Amino acid sequence: MLYRAAGIRHTRYQDERRLWPYAFDRGLVTLVVLTMLAAPWLFSGLQMSSYVLPWVIWSTAALGLNLLMGGAGQIHLGYAAVMAIGAYTSVHAVRLGLPFELSLILSGFVAAAIGTMFGAAALRIRGLYLAVATLAMQYIVDFVIGHVPAVSGGTQAAIVAPAPSIFGFALRSDSAVYYLALAVCAVVTIFSLNVRRTSFGRALAAIREKDFAAEILGVSAFRFKLSAFWASSFIGGVAGTLLAFCYYRTVTPEQFHIEISIQLVAMVIVGGLGSVLGSFFGAGLILLAPLIINNLIDAMMRSVGIDIGTDFRSHAPLMIFGALIVGFLLIEPLGLAKMYDNVRKYFLVWPFRHMGK
Amino acid sequence: MDLSLFGELAINGALVGLMYGLVALGIVLIYRTSGIANLAQGALAMTGGYLTWAGANLLGLPLFVAIIVAIGAMFLVGLFIERVALRRLTGQPIIMIIMLTIGLEIMLRGLVPGTLGSAAKRLDLGIPATPIFLGDMLISRVYLVSGGIALALIVATLLLFYSRMGIMLRAVSDDQVASWSVGIRVEHAIGFAWGLAAISATAAGVLWGGSQGVDWTLSLLLVKALAIAILGGLDSIIGIIVASIIVGVCEGLASGLLDPLVGGGTRDVVASVIIVVTLLLKPEGLFGREHIQRV
Repeated sequence: MLYRAAGIRHTRYQDERRLWPYAFDRGLVTLVVLTMLAAPWLFSGLQMSSYVLPWVIWSTAALGLNLLMGGAGQIHLGYAAVMAIGAYTSVHAVRLGLPFELSLILSGFVAAAIGTMFGAAALRIRGLYLAVATLAMQYIVDFVIGHVPAVSGGTQAAIVAPAPSIFGFALRSDSAVYYLALAVCAVVTIFSLNVRRTSFGRALAAIREKDFAAEILGVSAFRFKLSAFWASSFIGGVAGTLLAFCYYRTVTPEQFHIEISIQLVAMVIVGGLGSVLGSFFGAGLILLAPLIINNLIDAMMRSVGIDIGTDFRSHAPLMIFGALIVGFLLIEPLGLAKMYDNVRKYFLVWPFRHMGK
Repeated sequence: MDLSLFGELAINGALVGLMYGLVALGIVLIYRTSGIANLAQGALAMTGGYLTWAGANLLGLPLFVAIIVAIGAMFLVGLFIERVALRRLTGQPIIMIIMLTIGLEIMLRGLVPGTLGSAAKRLDLGIPATPIFLGDMLISRVYLVSGGIALALIVATLLLFYSRMGIMLRAVSDDQVASWSVGIRVEHAIGFAWGLAAISATAAGVLWGGSQGVDWTLSLLLVKALAIAILGGLDSIIGIIVASIIVGVCEGLASGLLDPLVGGGTRDVVASVIIVVTLLLKPEGLFGREHIQRV
């Protein structure tokens, strides 16, 4: 009835291997792409700058982290530090006169180089050490940024990011900046969608499932873990640049603290490990959850008349992130993407109960 | 360099390090029995400190009773976490389990200060603030007493491993399946380890809260505890004592000698540097067993 998996017969292998084999999915994707392209006309300026733009940028970052955590099964608790490296690299590069396009790419390379260094320290051993090493990386990078005046411009200082320019056109308006973020996000999304269909993606999946079993199959675990780190840190650096140039317009050390790393991890877990769609869901939920909850508390306070202390309200986001992570891990470890998938599969074969495969 | 300043920083640092070691004790206990890294240990220490404060100030209990009540409550919290959350994830990839403990850490860090108040609470342990003079060196009396208690608790845990319960824990840490087959209840042992970890975290929270006040920053003890656990070798309790003194001394010296040069804040980064250096040079730590992977 509804989305009709029945009646679609693939006669060529190419058809079956397509990203979206069903016409309904293709329609949905087209609709989403058109909505995103038309967003500056559909939403008000305030909605654009406080919801849509941050959502696009954080989704890009979550995609990068998801490549590492979901794709290769490596944990990373210092992703905000990677983004910070990217942001500071590009801001300094642009201020020194490098064109923005090159700075964007440079920020990715620098973030990838430093991020891989820390990963390499821990990859010789197991997941737990990696978690601790990346946590240490977060603190060390925070310290260096805060204490080297050449990087941060002195303690408590904010460096203003100039307006980004592409091929000589300065992007000054809000929607121009939005399209820049959207374009980068689209590139990263297409990369993430396709990476699992390549030998690189399959090698990562093998390592995720069991690294020494992958070694026996001839997949060099060390090499591919490092490349996963490299690719993920590259995306993180670029996302950090976007955040600095398109959203904050300044860089300060506070923008990239440990809390942000934890938020990013929460986005990946809540959205769904290893799912491209999940990264978008997760970023959306984690960005929106504090706002929604604050509004709910406001409404409750007004209607019931209970006075909830400011301490409780200011700590509500932490409680929600924690509860979301714990709740999803216990109840639906594959996150919102899996929930969506369950609903979608139900409607695909609607009058019947089960998918064929 | 001034030798007495050096000695003063080193001794006070070592005493502070022993208090960190108490947090690390919980991480090591849980790692030994179940092979899980408990990244919620800092938040458990904070919760223990808060509960003691709440018992003493909100319920009006005498401090000693408040500490006992908090320790009892935290033992139950430890058991509860293991039973409700960790046991359901048995057999899942390690990344999921680490994430779960991080989720618990974040949740506790929001929930406890959110409900009990985020302003720093004074927890008076009744230790006089006047320092002890040792030659030219000033030794903080608070640190001396707290460090001594911490050391005693760590040694007591070491002795516990020779009791019946401790032998059970050791068996479980060696081989879970084999212990199962000889009739040891592995779930009980792991639950007990979680309870003990929560108790040691509470002790650390109380001692630390007594010297610095109770607030959310107690959960930052996690990084230092991780540094100690990793340097000591994750499954060795002797390692904790040695590593906690090393970490404490390094921190004390760094904050005393380097802070004037770089403008402060070195105290927080020493632990991270120790983690990275340990992982680079000797990943299994000073006293840890080397990991051998079997297919």
